[in-house]
Amino acid sequence: MSTQEIRFSGFGGQGIIRCALITGKALSLYDDKFATMTQSFGPEARGSACAAQLVVSDERVLYPYITCPGILLALSQEAYDKYWSELPKGGILIVEQDLVKLSGEHPDLVLMRVPATRFAEELGNRLFTNLVALGFFTAVTKVVTADAMKKALPGLVPDRFLKINIKAFEKGYEYGINALSAGGGAS
Amino acid sequence: MKTVPAEPKGVDSGPHFMDGDQAIAEGALAAGCRFFAGYPITPSTETAERFAERAPEVGALFIQMEDELASIAALIGAAWGGRKAMTVTCGPGFSLMVENIGLAAMTETPLVIANVQRGGPSTGLPTLTAQQDMMQARYGSHGDYAIIALSPDSPQECFDITVEAFNLSEFYRVPVIILTDETVGHMHEKVVIPPAEQIQVVPRNNYSGPKEDFRPYKFDCQGGHPMARAGDGYNFHITGLTHDERGYPVMTAEQSKIVVTHLMEKIHGNADKIIRLDEDQIDGADVVVVSYGITSRIAIKAIQDARKEGIKVGSLRLITIWPFCEKRIRELAPKIKAFVVPEINYGQMVLEVERCAGGKCETISVNHCGGAVHDPEVILAAIRKANQ
Repeated sequence: MSTQEIRFSGFGGQGIIRCALITGKALSLYDDKFATMTQSFGPEARGSACAAQLVVSDERVLYPYITCPGILLALSQEAYDKYWSELPKGGILIVEQDLVKLSGEHPDLVLMRVPATRFAEELGNRLFTNLVALGFFTAVTKVVTADAMKKALPGLVPDRFLKINIKAFEKGYEYGINALSAGGGAS
Repeated sequence: MKTVPAEPKGVDSGPHFMDGDQAIAEGALAAGCRFFAGYPITPSTETAERFAERAPEVGALFIQMEDELASIAALIGAAWGGRKAMTVTCGPGFSLMVENIGLAAMTETPLVIANVQRGGPSTGLPTLTAQQDMMQARYGSHGDYAIIALSPDSPQECFDITVEAFNLSEFYRVPVIILTDETVGHMHEKVVIPPAEQIQVVPRNNYSGPKEDFRPYKFDCQGGHPMARAGDGYNFHITGLTHDERGYPVMTAEQSKIVVTHLMEKIHGNADKIIRLDEDQIDGADVVVVSYGITSRIAIKAIQDARKEGIKVGSLRLITIWPFCEKRIRELAPKIKAFVVPEINYGQMVLEVERCAGGKCETISVNHCGGAVHDPEVILAAIRKANQ
């Protein structure tokens, strides 16, 4: 049985929970996997720390929490500072490169950086940051297929913003593919 | 129980990625629930939201009430008006409902209450998980009565159990309580809602015979007795006072024996038909972990680790909480070294396990004061101790 544990993190308002919902829906409805999503749930406000966890498996997920996340998506400094050290050797660390100042080189990790907020602003609104990040995440982790992710969007983003969200996803995805062919996270 | 296929318009067939709370709303609609009265409270609000969103397309009625006392009272009225009815709440709201849960039990009114448990006492931990209302669900209201309570461990089971809750409630004409928790309530997983024709529901058993023969009650310690809809012209009486089969007050010790025996035995006498358990590797086990709801999924990790250490440990997951599986615990107790009972409370269902074990084996409580799930290591340590 292959199991993958993923943590999505950032600050409230970035669409972190939505990232996990989209990925979980894509995996369990369109990629024939089992996915369990749990989230930090509290009286949080926009701007405070926020995280969601996804356990992905070929079989039914019994234990619903992550114990050793292999992938961390960190869209804020606080999220990066708090969670990066959870990653094991070879773990994938994806950070928002304009928002996260790295505390080291992380030679033991696969470090990938994406200017998701900047790309989203170029598309017209930083609200699309999470979809750019998800596109990048999809390309570099290969945990989920791009096709499944796009199929998962209706119902999870407002209808009138579906096209632009797909565009944001594709922007991030393309950047991720290029980053991979360039041989790593350097950008 | 006589069942019919679900009404298609209430069934949102297909695969979904939804949380446990939303799955409860979908289960209710699939089961034919067409009346919801409630007062929003974390962590149960998503059920109310989903029901409210879907109500217009299904032809159901959603009312946001002024409080939980009014909510449950509205359910009793709706049930006697012919609708299948439900509400959802958590500890503080459930506390406000207990008086009328007794009235529903006494008047044999079918209704379903989901309690998405959060940490208490009082307003406690609004956003954090717990399993602290297990005993309250059973004994919250005054006097002797019995209810049915079920506990799901996943969003899929939230859907399935809610359909079952309505079926049991309709047949036994009793409040059925879904005892879930914040973790399962807010956890998202795939939920497959079957086609309507594959969902069997117990329809409301409406009386249609001669008016003079109608009796709203039959004290035979069984379920399946019909109701009449208010306004359809049948003369009967509904009261919380001890009553006869027409519903009129008869306040004597003799009548109390008849009524209370019926209320208790229609549930406990049919416990074998009602109770559902999920057992794994019980045969030959030295230790049996008894758990329910989210804790059963946390316990799995400890059980798997214990098995790697060579400990013969079985799992007994309570899907039905009340009536309690007395018979099964009594059967197992002389054959094993110990029961281990992890739960997110200070020790509630463990009291039932210990009572039924009757000293034939050890019973170890792994309690937790709420706000989080157990560390599986703590459960593993208890399993090791139990195996000594």
